[in-house]
Amino acid sequence: MEKFKTLTSTVIPLANEDIDTDQIIPARFLKSTTREGFGNNLFRDWRYDSQGDLKEDFILNDPSYSGSILVTGKNFGCGSSREHAAWALYDFGFRAVVSSYFADIFKGNALNNGLLPVQVSDAFLETIFELVKQDKNTTLKIELIDQQISIPGTNHKEKYNINAYKKTCLLNGYDDIDYLISKKSQIEQFEQTHKEF
Amino acid sequence: MGKTFFEKVWESHIVDSVENEQEILYIDRHFIHEVTSPQAFEGLRRRGIELFRKNKIVATADHNVPTKDQHLPIKELLSKLQVDTLIQNCKEFGIDLYGLGHPYQGIVHVIGPELGITKPGMTIVCGDSHTSTHGAFGAIAFGIGTSQVEQVMATQCLLLERPKTMRITINGELQRGVSSKDIILYIISKLSTAGGTGHFVEYAGSAITSLSMEARMTICNMSIEMGARGGMIAPDETTFEYIKGREFAPDGAALEEAINYWKTLYSDEDAYFDKEYTFEAERIPPMITYGTNPGMGIGIDETIPENDSESFKKSLKYMNLEAGTYLLNKKIDNVFIGSCTNSRIEDLRIVAEYVAGKQKADHVKAMIVPGSKQVEKQAREEGIHQVLADAGFELREPGCSACLGMNEDKIPDGEYCVSTSNRNFEGRQGPGARTMLVSPLTAAIIAIEGKIVDTRNYVNKVVTA
Repeated sequence: MEKFKTLTSTVIPLANEDIDTDQIIPARFLKSTTREGFGNNLFRDWRYDSQGDLKEDFILNDPSYSGSILVTGKNFGCGSSREHAAWALYDFGFRAVVSSYFADIFKGNALNNGLLPVQVSDAFLETIFELVKQDKNTTLKIELIDQQISIPGTNHKEKYNINAYKKTCLLNGYDDIDYLISKKSQIEQFEQTHKEF
Repeated sequence: MGKTFFEKVWESHIVDSVENEQEILYIDRHFIHEVTSPQAFEGLRRRGIELFRKNKIVATADHNVPTKDQHLPIKELLSKLQVDTLIQNCKEFGIDLYGLGHPYQGIVHVIGPELGITKPGMTIVCGDSHTSTHGAFGAIAFGIGTSQVEQVMATQCLLLERPKTMRITINGELQRGVSSKDIILYIISKLSTAGGTGHFVEYAGSAITSLSMEARMTICNMSIEMGARGGMIAPDETTFEYIKGREFAPDGAALEEAINYWKTLYSDEDAYFDKEYTFEAERIPPMITYGTNPGMGIGIDETIPENDSESFKKSLKYMNLEAGTYLLNKKIDNVFIGSCTNSRIEDLRIVAEYVAGKQKADHVKAMIVPGSKQVEKQAREEGIHQVLADAGFELREPGCSACLGMNEDKIPDGEYCVSTSNRNFEGRQGPGARTMLVSPLTAAIIAIEGKIVDTRNYVNKVVTA
């Protein structure tokens, strides 16, 4: 996993709420047996019409918006546990998603793939949307060590929460799996007394 | 203070509590399928590690498989590649696979319980959000991502932050024509799709304990649709009776010992829940969804609510429906009866009992997909397939099918589908498909009538599912 320390970028605003993982990557595109290439089908049915042509009114197809931060409405990533949703966002180029609320499994999947979910207040989210509306070049600065998100050039900033262990993993590029493997003898010891009925 | 039964089960699986609120949780059973496992196997190979406990993994092919002519090679090449990859991985790593052609094949959340693999007090995971289904037995069961699939393969453990607890109590008796699917759609409509986020839910109360195991599975299955990590119901005599005699269930003295332990799995009277909700069963109507998430549900005789939010308007536009209008009498083109929510033998019995001697409406295209080979076999033995055939329905072969349209079973662009599945997301059943979630009984009635009607006007009794 890639390390994450600080990210400063323009943003792509997608104001919809309750965006489920079937929108992020529809089930019919889950047929790959590798982790790569899912970015091509990110938001597939919102980006392309049934003929495979770009839908120009969808924000990801608007060249005046760019950046590696997706800013989106509350309850992002609800629905299916497919990690392909996190892979697709990462593969497309996103390194952080900002929302006022994340679904649990998506949040975990994102953190396991170096994609930082930043949960902000409803008011802060509203401010971002408003400023981006006024100026598409508005940037966000996301600092992981200080757990702070700010809008450079303004006084707007907010602290965000992240599990301390996950923070360490992201800062250092560690996977959970390395940690768990280091605990193997303890797991074997647990099995000696663990009874499964 | 006493403990919730979630805490009892969770704490009996903690290998170690580590810094920063993380716990190493031991996993008793790991179900895998063709879609979310290939990258995990690849990860093991890349790291050069073996499976830690291969006898704790059970595999099946369900998401991609065709529901017709399963004896023939899979036509869709990418689906075939995933199913073949699963076969190859299971062979290489020595995992029991109930794949196509095996008498135990079926939807992963249907086969676990019916084979007696799912038991109270266990921890169960699968790379599928509807793993919460197994919670109906009093197990802690939840969906995980592929990185976690790999973690469990490598260490039989997960590193987790303990979820909060929630109890939803439903007391009283259900109205006639109302079943477990209506209960859970009702709860989600009240709590919203994010109402359970961060929590593990215990369902309790007389309206829950009076349900069959199949009905309890339907409720726990959809816990994820309100954002919850999982749902569970304390095991009781109904649970023990269901488990007895199943393929992998304990018997004799081992069963007795197990039941003695399972009986300790209840929430103490003074247990603390982070959140509590109570609903009255009598107030729950037959439910239907009108929007593009499972929280957008109403009583079938109600009008679509008004809401100014852009997301809500977008949703109604997709569904081609208007706020303030009734769904009753709306013509329906497609009916799908299946999925890990409602494809068990009891669901098929309810459908067969209602449609016996009737005829499906001519314009309705109906798909009935059993949850497993065993369900299919039992349906044949009970003559259900004949009853369905006489009424104009076809019983297909098992798989996830049109619940998520990964195989050929898709709903055409722009058409409505009344479905017993769990998600009405945009495009879930195929690009442009418009899904309305209902119970199997309501789906059966609508298939016959060809339009949305009030279930209560067509049945005289309380259903038990």
